[in-house]
Amino acid sequence: MLREKARRFPLNCGSGAPNRAFTMTTKPRTLYQKIWDAHVVDTRDDGTSLIYIDRHLVHEVTSPQAFESLRVAGRPVRRPDLTLAVPDHNLPTTARKDAEGRVLPITDPESAQQLAALKRNAPEFGVRYIDATDAEQGIVHVVGPEQGFSLPGATIVCGDSHTACHGGIGALAFGIGTSEVEHVLATQTLLLKQSKSFEVRVDGRLGAGVTPKDVILHIIGVIGTAGGTGYVIEFRGNVFEEMSVEGRLTVCNMAIEGGARAGLIAPDETTIAYVEGRPYAPKGEDWDKAVAWWNSLATDVGATFDKTVSIRAEDIQPTVTWGTSPEDTSAIGGVVPAPEDFADASKRDAVKVSLDYMGLTPGTKLTEVEVQNVFIGSCTNSRIEDIRAAAAVLKGRHKADNVKWAIVVPGSGLVKAQAEAEGLDKIIVEAGLEWREPGCSACLAMNPDKVPAGERCASTSNRNFTGRQGPGSRTHLMSPAMAAAAAVTGRLTDVRELVG
Amino acid sequence: MKPISHVAGRAIPFGRKNVDTDVIIPAHWLKTITREGLGKGAFEAVKKEEGNVFENPEFSGAPILIAGDNFGCGSSREHAAWALLDMGITSVIAPSFSDIFSGNAFKNGILTVALPQEAIDRLMEVAQTDPIDIDLETQTVTTRFQDRYSFEIDPFRKHCLLGGLDEVGLTMAQGDAIAAHEAKARDALPFLAKTPATA
Repeated sequence: MLREKARRFPLNCGSGAPNRAFTMTTKPRTLYQKIWDAHVVDTRDDGTSLIYIDRHLVHEVTSPQAFESLRVAGRPVRRPDLTLAVPDHNLPTTARKDAEGRVLPITDPESAQQLAALKRNAPEFGVRYIDATDAEQGIVHVVGPEQGFSLPGATIVCGDSHTACHGGIGALAFGIGTSEVEHVLATQTLLLKQSKSFEVRVDGRLGAGVTPKDVILHIIGVIGTAGGTGYVIEFRGNVFEEMSVEGRLTVCNMAIEGGARAGLIAPDETTIAYVEGRPYAPKGEDWDKAVAWWNSLATDVGATFDKTVSIRAEDIQPTVTWGTSPEDTSAIGGVVPAPEDFADASKRDAVKVSLDYMGLTPGTKLTEVEVQNVFIGSCTNSRIEDIRAAAAVLKGRHKADNVKWAIVVPGSGLVKAQAEAEGLDKIIVEAGLEWREPGCSACLAMNPDKVPAGERCASTSNRNFTGRQGPGSRTHLMSPAMAAAAAVTGRLTDVRELVG
Repeated sequence: MKPISHVAGRAIPFGRKNVDTDVIIPAHWLKTITREGLGKGAFEAVKKEEGNVFENPEFSGAPILIAGDNFGCGSSREHAAWALLDMGITSVIAPSFSDIFSGNAFKNGILTVALPQEAIDRLMEVAQTDPIDIDLETQTVTTRFQDRYSFEIDPFRKHCLLGGLDEVGLTMAQGDAIAAHEAKARDALPFLAKTPATA
């Protein structure tokens, strides 16, 4: 495929430069190319383009320095109406108000300072702001799609790498650093070089107990954490077509763990049904125009990708990680690998260090690994379907005695309310797990929810990096159903043994 | 942003592969609302390892860091770039960098130099005893042992790094083009060009 493209467009092959021929002719285009083309403000000779940004999500951690720079330079926010600020990373997930409805203070002074900065900066610059105590508050990547703020075909950015998440509704969404946050606030654009395109296909029938989380963990195991560097991934195949929007958000969320700045799934009827009627979704005539455009976005027949990986759905098992990189995955039926199992010398060294950190011995059955903590939440897995999946496993069961700390953290206030309306909170609490307030929680050690040093956590989050859940913490990534199963048995468990 | 054209001095021979941003600066250091002082938290976990390169006084204040493949993978935290700068590091040499990190580094005037693994291996060796010289103008890395490696860099990035240019200011100067795009989008894609007033 590469060679064919090189013949036709010798000047642009591999440079990623937007080719006017792409836009002027009827050459088949990918979903990524179509969204890109619709957002080019200007293209420079060196192939860098100024890309218009439709939606900007802002949280408290990566924005204070950006607002400060604007203030110092006397620059306004160009489109506050396309910007939405929500606190999430620092918030404790314990009660936010006391019995009399008074707002409880944040005890960590640094967290309080960052949260206060966002609360001050948003109104100063005219940016819409959802407060920690509002019903709609939640993790930015849960709030965006839930509010209809994130839309198919839109360019969406946030100072957070898991912005890739919004690709699940067919948006070109990616994480940016604070300088870029400032750039978008001031200009509503970003200077970008077009990425290469990477098709990841999963076709076939997923087995029982295999969830979107298992699919993406398996994919990262196959392509590696650098497999997508320089690429935007489009997930294709019947497995994604049949997946719910929430499942697609889970898959695209972790595109970044495969090195790709963005992951995409073409918008379809499922997407359109999901978006319709949400508070920020287009209405009336705008809605009809939107649907017509969204229906034209899917990758054209005959469009080519720079790289393709195909995976059989039948090869995917419930999956967990054993090491300190998201590529360190294994089917739950497997064993802890040995460094010698890896051909690459530097990977062998990395595995040695990571097994030492994880306190694991090669050859140990994964189902024999005990866990002391369980975390069900994060922008990867905290939506209503995730809570339902966990509750289905927990129903009528109780957490094991060796599990000291097990929390379920809904992704937003609206997810929390929905779960409570369905009685899921009761199932969770009766099983001995805690039901918390929305936020990023134990995904990253920025708020009080941390995993103690040397202890393991069965976690539905996205990163198993060294120290990610707290200094010395040992993370095993998995799906909500698998984390619930681990809570019940006190060890990594094949959920299919509990739920037939 | 400070202009950068030449980085010369000792290089920290770190060499590790897949160094993620949680390793460069752990999350509990991200609660700051300024850019300064993050060097203290840089490589916090690594600094606890016995015999690590960061506690070797020979490399204290070294302006260059040498690392393995996929440096800066993981989160988008620009704090990783600020932490390196606060340590005095203004250039990182590695076989490859994560996309987000390399952008963040560039925006803070840190020069990322991608070289093949063989070159990295050789520079790791040199770094043990001798300084390394990086010249952005000629795009070369040299040592006093006649090693000479050329590296690629995006011409726009090179221009900005050499001039210490403020990207926000450069783009704001294109305000008319941005306004023209907005006008076009209001017609063609009105549902993206605005959010409902009632929301």
